[in-house]
Amino acid sequence: MKKLLLAASAVALMAGTWLAPAQAEYLQEHRGGTMRLLARSAAGTLDPHINYTSQGWQMYQPIYDGLVTFRKAEGMDGFTVVADLAEAMPEVSEDGKTFTFKLRKGIKFSNGQEVGVKDVVSSFQRIFKVSGPTSGTFYAGIVGADKCLADTKSCTLEGGVVGDEAAGTITINLTKPDAEFLYKIALPHAAILPADTPAEDMGSVPIPSTGPYMISAFDPNKGMTVSRNPHFKQWSEDAQPDGYPDIVQYDFGLSEEAAVTAIQNGEADWMFDALPSDRLAEVGTKYKDQLHIAPLSAWWYAPLNTRLAPFDNLKARQAVAYAVDRNTLVKLFGGKVLASPVCQILPPDFPGHVDYCPYTKDPGATWSAPDLERARQLVEESGTKGQEVTIIVEDTSVSRAIGVYLQSVLTSIGYVADVKPISSNIQFTYIQNTNNKVQMSVSQWYKDYPAASNFLNILFSCASFREGSDASINISGFCDKDIDAKMQKALDLGVTDQAAADAIWAEIDRAITDQAAAIGLFTPKRLDFVSKRLGNFKFNRQFDWMITQSWVQ
Amino acid sequence: MSNEVVAVQRRTRGPWALAFVRLKRNRAAMASLAVFLFIVLSCLSAPLYARWAGVDPFTSTLDAVIMVNGVEVPVMEASTEGLGLGYTPIGPTWELGNYFLGADGQGRDVMARLLYGGLNSLMIAAAATVFTLIVGTTTGLVAGYFGGVTDTVLSRLLDILWAFPIYLLAISLSIVTITAGISIGPILIESGSLWLPVIIIGIVYVPYVARPIRGQVLSLRNSEFVLAAVNLGVPGWRILLRDIQPNITTTLIVFVPLMMALNMLTESALSFLSIGVQPPAASWGTIIQDGQSLLYTRPLVALAPGIAIALSVMVLNVFGDGLRDALDPRSKVQLGRT
Repeated sequence: MKKLLLAASAVALMAGTWLAPAQAEYLQEHRGGTMRLLARSAAGTLDPHINYTSQGWQMYQPIYDGLVTFRKAEGMDGFTVVADLAEAMPEVSEDGKTFTFKLRKGIKFSNGQEVGVKDVVSSFQRIFKVSGPTSGTFYAGIVGADKCLADTKSCTLEGGVVGDEAAGTITINLTKPDAEFLYKIALPHAAILPADTPAEDMGSVPIPSTGPYMISAFDPNKGMTVSRNPHFKQWSEDAQPDGYPDIVQYDFGLSEEAAVTAIQNGEADWMFDALPSDRLAEVGTKYKDQLHIAPLSAWWYAPLNTRLAPFDNLKARQAVAYAVDRNTLVKLFGGKVLASPVCQILPPDFPGHVDYCPYTKDPGATWSAPDLERARQLVEESGTKGQEVTIIVEDTSVSRAIGVYLQSVLTSIGYVADVKPISSNIQFTYIQNTNNKVQMSVSQWYKDYPAASNFLNILFSCASFREGSDASINISGFCDKDIDAKMQKALDLGVTDQAAADAIWAEIDRAITDQAAAIGLFTPKRLDFVSKRLGNFKFNRQFDWMITQSWVQ
Repeated sequence: MSNEVVAVQRRTRGPWALAFVRLKRNRAAMASLAVFLFIVLSCLSAPLYARWAGVDPFTSTLDAVIMVNGVEVPVMEASTEGLGLGYTPIGPTWELGNYFLGADGQGRDVMARLLYGGLNSLMIAAAATVFTLIVGTTTGLVAGYFGGVTDTVLSRLLDILWAFPIYLLAISLSIVTITAGISIGPILIESGSLWLPVIIIGIVYVPYVARPIRGQVLSLRNSEFVLAAVNLGVPGWRILLRDIQPNITTTLIVFVPLMMALNMLTESALSFLSIGVQPPAASWGTIIQDGQSLLYTRPLVALAPGIAIALSVMVLNVFGDGLRDALDPRSKVQLGRT
């Protein structure tokens, strides 16, 4: 692991601290202007330690920094972790449990204060003090985290995050090695904030930031203004490059239909929400030059409750897996350009992914066609024919359409099915709670960071299942001790040999797919519709479009 | 010439016959009734239409191909130009039995769903009307006639119901019951049942019927024929049924079409919000919801049920007004908060 980290540090040093001539040239030519973005609604709290939305995370990229960050680069390069506020990638102890970072000097927050060791230490404490949504998962391995989780207000992370003001270093001690720790602290939940930031959800109050931009105004009902941070000086193009527009105006409240029209008319530059399905053909034809399509590390799936009839029966689950026509689902999502059929859990191009499709007409690597005959036979064999199944979906047009289609499929193979759309605000927690006795649902999972465990361990480990809790992300209630042990083995192996670990993750992916605990529906792609004037569109696989790396003049 | 008085026997018409004559003379009301009956009959023919057209309006048929003017056409047309994004359902063919109004986002025949949807909308509106009238009338009769504590308790209950904005109350009740249904003692209504919207809509409009009925009963309670019956020792329930109830029948009849119209609107609103009729079943509200995502390319999917709702409500209101004029030209009975 040490070798890997040294190599990464060298790359980071080579790439950082100076501007490539091309970018400098472009910056001069295209710098300035106001970029207008649209979204139906705000992404919730402005607090980066709490906000857990892709909309929020995308916007934080040119605003906040961590000790390390995901590289601001196009495509898969965006999955690489590089040093950010830290001078270089950390030194890691032999046992893989201690990470030592040296803080860069001279970086200032947007309020003029210099970033110091105390800010880093207090930021890590604050993750627990504000009960950050991932404090109990991503950061639970830091020494002292258990005490912080038990008593959030008096969190000190004693022995866990240790600052040395004189040396300008921060040492993070873990209770056990964690191959994914750098990914976790590269996320906005571990952003470095001023030490005097109140230990409470800041809601609509912007917190001073270190990136090239800062939030200068915010009204959750109207919009957000992001302007240049007057104290920013670029320290690493890879970690935090300067941006082109002077101001990013993010307006909320416009419907998707209106947003498309605004972009067509040049009144806005981009919209966050998915394009309405009835505008796809028009936009794809008349405005194809303004469209950008990129793959996502995401999974649309239908969890089957392995603890409730009829899906507590393996054959019943396999029957559904055979019967669902992924091509039809792709059609419902907008066609092959916008989604791909999928049979397994890990998305294509993701660590640990090896093509696998057992439940299709011609089993093998990829999806071919549904096998309704086999599905009906399995339903007969399972003895579950005629049982009632309710599918819980989100009350959105795509999710509802998928639910109605799945209801048709279940009916055609012998179940008495109905579909129930419930508000998007509650559907995700509703389907997790075992008290609601949800048999089947439609859900989505978008990666937090590029690791197979972020899908397999989180969605299907025994520990992710909590009876009667709204936070039981293992919606299928799937628990297999052997598979769990294999996951632990892969996590441990990842510390020293990620490639070998990924091979084990591929086996786990196959094993869970065989158990049909959830039906993979499709892998979505991101469709970005931008204004004619917007140039230099770059899509990062970790945080999507890099907003301020595009120009508007 | 004889001075004999010639007794002229004249057949006098009863109040119902007179009302019928007055109603028949009201052309607008009769035309509305005809239109409404046409809508009802059309909706009742939904299963026949679907069978004749050979379509299943509740199943996704995204891969279906139909013949239009001798040419095979996919029900969901893929975009072939540009980047080839998205699918557009086939538009109206204007051929009865062959996707007359086109398809929705699931490739289902909109005409067949419109008829089935109308059937559900009308059934729910009618059943909710019956529910409201039974509960509202009983409450109004009991509160108005017995007075005292009974009246106070029932009136306050009605006040509480009345205090909620109608749609907010209906939406709240629907959200609570939509996933779990209703289970009170031996009464069990499953979450997908059409009885759920019936009961919810029925409950929220009870005060709208009970209040005016109570007012009428209070007035009738002090009329001479009721006082005479009381003094003769006639039991209360008998007075209610024999003396008071017949005097409020005309009001109740007038309420029927007006309540139907209100209930149809409420049902459509709830279904549009996904808390009324549940998919894949249809109502005019759910079809509008389905059409919402097709407004730009296939506006008829949402417009057709919208027009059906507007037309039904309009004719019910016009007929209701005519009925009121016919049954009691002096009546000032009105629905709503006065």
